[in-house]
Formats: sequence, structure tokens, C-alpha cells
Amino acid sequence: MQKDTNPASPNPVDVIEHWRDFAPDLAADKVLFSERVPGGCHWSWRLPRGVALRLTALEEGANLSVVLYSALEKLERYNMPDSLKAQHTAHYTRGHVLMSDMGRSMASIISDTVGWHDPLGLLLDAGRLEEKYGQHNYQQFRNGMYRSGRDGLLIEIGKYGLTRRDLVAPVNFFSKVAVDEEGRFHFAPGNAPAGSHVDLRLDMDVIVAVSAAPHALDPRVAYAPGAVGIAAWRCGPAPADDYCRAFRPENARALHNSDMLYLV
Amino acid sequence: MNATAIRIQESPLDPAASVYSHDLPSGEPWLHEVRKGQTLRIVDLEGNQAADVIFFNRHDTDEHYSATQTILRQGGIYLTTGSVLYSNEDRPLLTIVADTCGRHDTLGGACAAESNTVRYALQKKFMHSCRDNYLQCIQAADVGLGKADLVPNVNFFMNVPVTADGHLKFDDGVSGPGKYVELRAEMDIWVLVSNCPQLNNPCNAYNPTPVRFLIWD
Repeated sequence: MQKDTNPASPNPVDVIEHWRDFAPDLAADKVLFSERVPGGCHWSWRLPRGVALRLTALEEGANLSVVLYSALEKLERYNMPDSLKAQHTAHYTRGHVLMSDMGRSMASIISDTVGWHDPLGLLLDAGRLEEKYGQHNYQQFRNGMYRSGRDGLLIEIGKYGLTRRDLVAPVNFFSKVAVDEEGRFHFAPGNAPAGSHVDLRLDMDVIVAVSAAPHALDPRVAYAPGAVGIAAWRCGPAPADDYCRAFRPENARALHNSDMLYLV
Repeated sequence: MNATAIRIQESPLDPAASVYSHDLPSGEPWLHEVRKGQTLRIVDLEGNQAADVIFFNRHDTDEHYSATQTILRQGGIYLTTGSVLYSNEDRPLLTIVADTCGRHDTLGGACAAESNTVRYALQKKFMHSCRDNYLQCIQAADVGLGKADLVPNVNFFMNVPVTADGHLKFDDGVSGPGKYVELRAEMDIWVLVSNCPQLNNPCNAYNPTPVRFLIWD
């Protein structure tokens, strides 16, 4: 018998099943992959319709800035004003959908333990980060360096040929910004306790870029971005009796417009 | 941080001394250069008209008006006298130096054929819209602007309040015939306008009307 000179390892690559820690309720045969994004860090994926992302705040104070682009036509992207005005909302929770500038639902919030995610798109940039927290560069702090949410998202969308011209206003998951009668912002601390989670179903093929940098209005003096768990799982396209379709007639039409991309 | 209440401020500038004047009918686009130091006045001639405007750095159109940077900088969502309009590079594009309307919207964006299908009915798709206006204008102008540059705009003369419980309302305009807003350019800019043709909601009181642009050196 020939000796196998290069046997397959039982664990050939260092895949860690993070989801078992932060999303153990997911069915093992549905989970596709999971990540633990450290506070302040960023990543991106190209993902197909019918996948859902479980986002879990692993620490209180976590913020996850998310932008979406169509993987089929990158000129189509998440549009904050279109999404807000169609749903008459200034917060996101279960039932809301994230709409593109082409009238399609890119993603739907199919479950949520938080109740309010910030859609106003405020984003920490390098200037404001340094002003608030000081400069923490790589030379001195190695991977404890600070990077703004804007810079993190620019790096990620740059991987797909998108530039600063293309960076859209993100959704800030886990954060809450209320607006008073004068129009002023009020950041709500402690909006999402550790373990809070939200499921985002992708209604079309998308590029998803995320940054776990602090929210631009986070009043904490110390730089303390929270880690976020992300698990991709197979949920299938929105069914006919979908909660988000029924949530508002506008959402039914936006999901219909997405369905029209997938005719056969 | 500016308060964001309504701040009425009349302008000392005399229209007779302006160097440029243009009346834009409803449903039409307009692209025009305004140089650093010039003042641009937008007049709501008949009242309750929405002027949807995006500003760009004239010499680098990748730098555009940023709704989020502007509202982050001033700590609130409404624009009025004293508001500075910031770019995505966190630089001042223009400053509102006079305002007889007192409130302008940063969150409502511009109407589009596609968003009309979502907001009203699928069969509304062939109605005229702001984003079709923008596209026609920038296709014709051929100055390097494309669909990616159609970022969230300012809706001058529109009132879109956010409620304490996180809802968006489309309130009656606070504008009226002859009310105006005046902006000083802090750099050389392109002004891209759609004089909104929306007929599906009361943003133009169901009767879109002309707006006037005046420029002073």
C-alpha cells in the first residue's frame, strides 16, 4: 500500500467556529462562516442573496458601521435618504429594510434584540479620531493602533475599486442617536448590552464592508471600541409571508424590485 | 457647536448688483460654477418649492457635499443661517450667510423613478424625477460627474423633522413666496440643482414652481 506522504490534516486551515460562542442558537448545518471583528477593525465580503448575517455586540458600546454595494453593479449602493423617507423612519429595527438608490431592498432586518440602530450615517474620520483620542500609530502601538471608521471603510471598498467618491453614509448598528425638536443629536449610551444581536438578510448579491470603530458621537473619553461577532448563515430569499414584506407596503415593493433581479 | 433652531437673517445684498441671475422652471436641472468668495442666493419664487442641490469641489469632483459630515459638524440635522456645508473631506464648501426661510432639510434626499416605485406604486416609475434630472444634466455637461456622484443632497425650503421616537415626518414647508437662502462659497464649486418635479407628495404643495438663482461677486 502506498504511503500517504502528505496526509490531510483533520483541521487543514485555522477556521474557528466563533459562532458557537456568540450565536449558539444558529443551526450548525446553516452556518457558513463566522468572524470575531475586534473593536476598531474592519473587513468586507461579497455575499449572495439568501445569506443572512448575524451581528452580535460582544461588548457593550460596540458599534458596527456597515455599507452595502450591489455585487452585480457597484453603482447601485445603499442609500440613506431613500431608505429613511420610504419607511418614514430615523431608526432601524426588525421589519425595516436597507434600500439601494435603485429602489431595491439590499438587506432586511429579520430579527433584532436592540430596537434601535442608527441610520443617520455619522462616521468617525481621522481628524475627529485624533482630536478625541490622540494619535496611536502602528510604529508605537503595533496592532493596537487606532483607525477611524471612515479610513477602515475606505480600505475595504477600495478592495473592489471603489473610492472616497463612492463611500456612502453607513448604518451604525448597535448605536442610537436621538434627535430633539431643535434637530440636535443626543447619543444614547448603553443602547446595546453585550450579547445584543441583529440578523440582516441579504436580498441581493452584495459587497458588505464593515468597521467596528467607535461611533462618531460616542461620548466616552477613552477609546474603547467593542468587538463584534459576525456569522453568515443560509436563510434563503424572503418568503411570500415575510415579516419585512408585510411591515410596510413600501418594503413589499422594494423586495419585489429585488426579486425582479432574480427572475430565473 | 451651532444650535440648529430657525435663524432668520435678511441679506444686505441688492439684486440689482448681482452679476448673474437665472430663473429655473420646475422640473429642470441646472449646473453652474460659483467661485470662492461669491455669494449664491436661491429664491423660492412662489413658495413651498423644493430645490434639490448637490455641491462639488470645482477642481476635484470626488470631493462633494456630505450630509453626514455637515450634520455631524453642527451637531444637528437642520440647516439655517450660520450652518457650514462640509465636504466628504471635512472641508467647508459653503456657509449659509442669510436665510429668510429658516429651515432646510439634510435627510430627505432627491426623488428618483426607482424610489417612487417603492414609495408610491410600481406604476409611478415613468413620472419625472430629480435624479433623472441630475443624470440628464451631468450627461450633457460631461465634466466628469456620474451617477456615483449623486450623493445625498440638500433640500432647500423643505422641512423634514425627526421625532423623539425616531420617525421621519414630512411637514408642511416653512417656506413661502419670495423666501430665500444665501450661501457664500468657501472654495470654487459646482452647483448641481434639480428643481423638484415630485407630484406624489406635498413637498411642492402639488404644484412645482420656479426658483431663482442670483450670484454676487
